[in-house]
Amino acid sequence: MRVQQSVTVNAARAAVWDFVTDPANYCDFLEGTTRWEVVSDEDRGLGARYRMLLKVGSAEVGGLIEVVEWSPPADMAWSSVTGIDQRGRWMLREASGDRTRLTFRFAYGVAGGGITAMIAERVAAPSLRRRLRRSLLNVKQAVEKSAMTGAINR
Amino acid sequence: MAESRAGTAAQAHNGHRSNGRDPREGISSQAEDRSGVRSILRRVAGPFAGPIGRIADELQSRLSADLDDRDPDYIRENLSLAWLLSSIWFRGEVRDIGRIPDKGPVLLVGNHSGGNLTPDTIVFTLAFYTYFGVERRFHQLAHNLVLTSPVGPMLRRYGTVAASHENARKALEADAAVLVYPGGDWEVHRPSWQTHKVDFNGRKGFLRLALEANVPIVPIVSVGGQETALFLSHGQRLSKFLALDKLFRLKVLPVSISLPWIVNIGDFFGHLPLPAKITSQVMEPIDLHERFGSDVDLDAAYTYVTGLMQDQLDSLAAERRLPLIG
Repeated sequence: MRVQQSVTVNAARAAVWDFVTDPANYCDFLEGTTRWEVVSDEDRGLGARYRMLLKVGSAEVGGLIEVVEWSPPADMAWSSVTGIDQRGRWMLREASGDRTRLTFRFAYGVAGGGITAMIAERVAAPSLRRRLRRSLLNVKQAVEKSAMTGAINR
Repeated sequence: MAESRAGTAAQAHNGHRSNGRDPREGISSQAEDRSGVRSILRRVAGPFAGPIGRIADELQSRLSADLDDRDPDYIRENLSLAWLLSSIWFRGEVRDIGRIPDKGPVLLVGNHSGGNLTPDTIVFTLAFYTYFGVERRFHQLAHNLVLTSPVGPMLRRYGTVAASHENARKALEADAAVLVYPGGDWEVHRPSWQTHKVDFNGRKGFLRLALEANVPIVPIVSVGGQETALFLSHGQRLSKFLALDKLFRLKVLPVSISLPWIVNIGDFFGHLPLPAKITSQVMEPIDLHERFGSDVDLDAAYTYVTGLMQDQLDSLAAERRLPLIG
């Protein structure tokens, strides 16, 4: 199952990139996140590992994930090492007027889980989609606020 | 469902202690138990005692503990069903699961509710595996009858083993988190008017287990499970009258009003649980030696642990506004 949401942020791509690749921000902006802990030597970049948990329904679901794609300031993707099968991807594209089109894609599932897994994936999807939407708006708000504060200070 | 009946384990263990037997005599005492079962069968079943005895032996053999029956891939593939049940039917909520130590052996001690289909176990097992991952070794102790039932093989793959002191000790030695319900078959079938009561029936085996294995106890208190049916009686006398306590270690033959049976005696085939909201609270770990010194007074420790759990249950019960709804 895959859910995806996009938003346009009134800030430069580098600023958005810095924000979404900083593991310290995830518990604040990604709704439902209860844990996002760095477990590798490097806190970001290719091969960085995080232990993450996301409240979905009655359970905190997640596991160990690893950054498998790192192309600043355009693409970052992670894949699960343990826990539920998942892939997350940030896509940052330049938009007109020094703005950034930010897309977050989240794919999840349980290989071999049969019909109950299919049902569970579909039951969880609307709630996840709503939360991703709110999370992207959280990113937009935080980055734009930070950009504005920076401009005033300058 | 996966019911952990440490109580029965505890009682068995108590019996060994009070008789002054060496625990190594376990094998011979099991054989005695089995011959006891056979003699009862001869009396009760007459000419059918032979075939019934063979079936009993077959069932008994299915109870042998093998921790390696646990299958993490199987658990992972089937968590979605538990998630659907827990999230939609029971609106399950497990609080502060992070209080369970991240690694190492630990004895999780819960109060038990909901008859043979124990929703608190479903909700907690899901929460444990999604939080710590299916890779972490986790075993639940269950009553013999549960493991010999048609769902027994499935539960064994989930890590469920027959409730016995020996099995629990082996699991803890393997660095597992072990879930026990000392109240077991007694507590799980308590009448509905005792819904908000922690009732281990005086069983202290879980304390001995924690002391022997030198592991912390983490109490888990759940509310809501006893609202899934109308439980009327333990049926203790009925069980004794039918010798079920000797044949199958069944101390109770519960009577309840539940779907689809209406009047449900024994709950052998389970029931359709009403969709009560289940809330579980994980409490702070307890180190018995740290709390009570090197020579732990079991009565004091029992009063302390059950007292803490009762206070927590009272607090959870006070939060509930309506039955089922939560």
